[in-house]
Amino acid sequence: MNPSVLDGYDPQGFYCEMLQNAASRVVRERLSGLSIAALKQRAGNANTELYNLGITFTVYSEAKTIDRILPFDVIPRILSGDEWQHLESGITQRITAINLLLDDIYHKQHVLRDGIVPPELILGNRNYRPAMRDIDLPHKTYVNICGTDIVRDEHGTFLVLEDNARTPSGVSYVVENRHMMLRAFPDLLDEIGLRPIENYGAKLISALNEVAPAGIGDPRVVLLSPGTYNSAYFEHVFLAREMGVPLVEGRDLLVENDRVFMRTTRGLSRVDVIYRRIDDDYLDPEAFLPGSMLGVPGLMRAYRAGNLALANAVGTGVADDKAVYAYLPQIIRYYLTQEPILQNVETHICREPAALRYTLDHLAELVVKPVGEAGGYGITVGPKASREELDECRAKLIADPANYISQPCIKLSVAPTLVEGRVEPRHVDLRPFAVTGSSTWILPGGLTRVALRRGSLVVNSSQGGGSKDTWVVA
Amino acid sequence: MPDVLLARYADCIFWLARYVERAENLARILDVNETFSRDSRGGQNWRSIVQLNSDEERFFAGHDAAAAHNVVNFYVVDGDNPTSIVSTIRYARENARTLRPLISTEMWVQLNVFYNRLTELRTEDLAPGNLAALFAMIKEACQTHTGITEGTFFRDQGWYFYQIGRYIERADQTTRLLDIKYHLLLPSPSDVGSPVDVSQWNALLRSAAGYHAYRRLHAASTTPARVAGFMLLNNAFPRSVHHCVREVGRLLGEVKSHHGLRNGNDAAEELDRLQAVLGTFEIAAILRSGLHEFLDSIQRQLMAVTRELSIAFFGYTPEAQQAQTANSQ
Repeated sequence: MNPSVLDGYDPQGFYCEMLQNAASRVVRERLSGLSIAALKQRAGNANTELYNLGITFTVYSEAKTIDRILPFDVIPRILSGDEWQHLESGITQRITAINLLLDDIYHKQHVLRDGIVPPELILGNRNYRPAMRDIDLPHKTYVNICGTDIVRDEHGTFLVLEDNARTPSGVSYVVENRHMMLRAFPDLLDEIGLRPIENYGAKLISALNEVAPAGIGDPRVVLLSPGTYNSAYFEHVFLAREMGVPLVEGRDLLVENDRVFMRTTRGLSRVDVIYRRIDDDYLDPEAFLPGSMLGVPGLMRAYRAGNLALANAVGTGVADDKAVYAYLPQIIRYYLTQEPILQNVETHICREPAALRYTLDHLAELVVKPVGEAGGYGITVGPKASREELDECRAKLIADPANYISQPCIKLSVAPTLVEGRVEPRHVDLRPFAVTGSSTWILPGGLTRVALRRGSLVVNSSQGGGSKDTWVVA
Repeated sequence: MPDVLLARYADCIFWLARYVERAENLARILDVNETFSRDSRGGQNWRSIVQLNSDEERFFAGHDAAAAHNVVNFYVVDGDNPTSIVSTIRYARENARTLRPLISTEMWVQLNVFYNRLTELRTEDLAPGNLAALFAMIKEACQTHTGITEGTFFRDQGWYFYQIGRYIERADQTTRLLDIKYHLLLPSPSDVGSPVDVSQWNALLRSAAGYHAYRRLHAASTTPARVAGFMLLNNAFPRSVHHCVREVGRLLGEVKSHHGLRNGNDAAEELDRLQAVLGTFEIAAILRSGLHEFLDSIQRQLMAVTRELSIAFFGYTPEAQQAQTANSQ
């Protein structure tokens, strides 16, 4: 007798996205009609197809470049319509507040003068860009694309872990994972009221058109990539194709008379909007890092002159700093006079002496993170750390407390995951993708990342994470 | 809004087409040589292949003599040899990777799978008994690429630059094939009309997929002059130099007029001159004044066309173009 997919599956006391969700009933029933052997075979085919499609990220080792696929788990993560509505309104609220915050700190700075956020936290932040002072952006939208990282604790409560307001990646996996599931498991998702995610590209290009410089009827949008050797190159290709816009590199662009042009077969051609997948530092060697070969000299001149829209705007990194994040509940109340719909994870800002003392006293229970990093780098997970790792972390905290925050170690929710031929619980998070032009729209679902190593809480692809398709069902 | 093609993309699509065409031609040559060499001049024939791409220096740095196994290895799986099939398809795939926003997903997937398959070839796949199947696989993969492209590639500027690249490469490959073979196969008095002599000329025609077409035109006799004339000048033979050059000229004219490209007149003039030469001379006259010199001048003119296209459309300055030509020829 072949065991079926969920036979003997035990979430081991964690909140389970599959079992503790009424919306997943039909899918559970269908999975119990499927043997693990059959699931494994279909999963193998799906992964081969991802490899052939070249939906890969690139790993560099000695002298060789290797294309790896982001490991894909075929058992979907399911969200009910109600859960999604809650997330949607909570994320929209955060992004609205973040855009108001950015507009304020690059103009009159009420939020600082009213004592809501310590001025040195903003003005002394390495991601605060004085070059952005007094630039007026269409619709005051700074963050056009946002990928909010959300986790769920042992009670099933959604908590925001990070607001990725610079250049969040992963949306291509969301859409490609769905394509894969449509091909490999048509029987699983038939008639369950699954919300479609086909129109991401159309929504994105509309939002980018909305923020184009005033007076341009049919704006020329391009996507600016660091090039084929960037590990997210596949996603850049995906987005350019979905929007039907040219995928350019810095060397394809130039600035003349504060206007941006690209080099074409016909000569120079105007560019009005750039969705850039290059960090601020590398964007314009005249304005930021002088040695950058990836950027375009003069881009900031065109930007300041109002001849160019950049998405996301320059200087949004200050808003997804992990210390600024801790103030977001106050920021929401300040600008919107609303209570936050989604809660933060409790955060101790180590620049504050009491918080530092608490962190040092409870190091073995806490997660310590550097404030300005992304990608899961530099994190110490107290309960998993060795004596030496804790000592090292303590030394860093004492040497530069302002560079760190600490948070309690959340017992992340789990989802059934196919691992080495067995179905076991693995921790997951969720990154919905929000697009903002004149208003905010959120792609239903988002990227569910899964920590494939047993017991691991780190879901980042650079740290052995994989992904799942996320189904919002009515 | 007029359609816009990045200069860099035009360059990549031109070279993507050239590399796949180059790989197909190389597979054809190796295939025919493998099939028809054993009953004739053996080793010398394998040496002639090394001369085809002027690879003698690089080849003999690593090998004592040109024999079937080491030439096949050098030209199929040796990733350190930039003229090997695996390297050529690697360049094609790299260009395709850059071009993914422009080309169809099916074009990309097929090249990606093809390249992965080449990198996974093992020694036994190169054993004499498996070579015919290997070359058939490579030729078919290249032709599949061409077919998928024909059936899925959007007909904008990129399509023209793709085809222009393919025909320039094909013309160039035919001149190289003819140059080497003609040199070696010039009949010595004792060979004339012998079965060995005829089978060599037939092999040459087969490597360009021209054997049956040639038979339809000249059923009774296979002579060096007729074979050379067929491969150089025949208007209906898809791999003849004249046909390819005429196609390049037609395509360049169309892309300029359909897409409003004002540049490229120097390339068009160069092509006019080349067509005039190919349309004027009889093969007898070409042979009298020296086939090698004639082929050499065509190769140089094709390089000049590439240079003019690179400057007119691909965003190269004349200086940068020189460096590019040195790297990719």
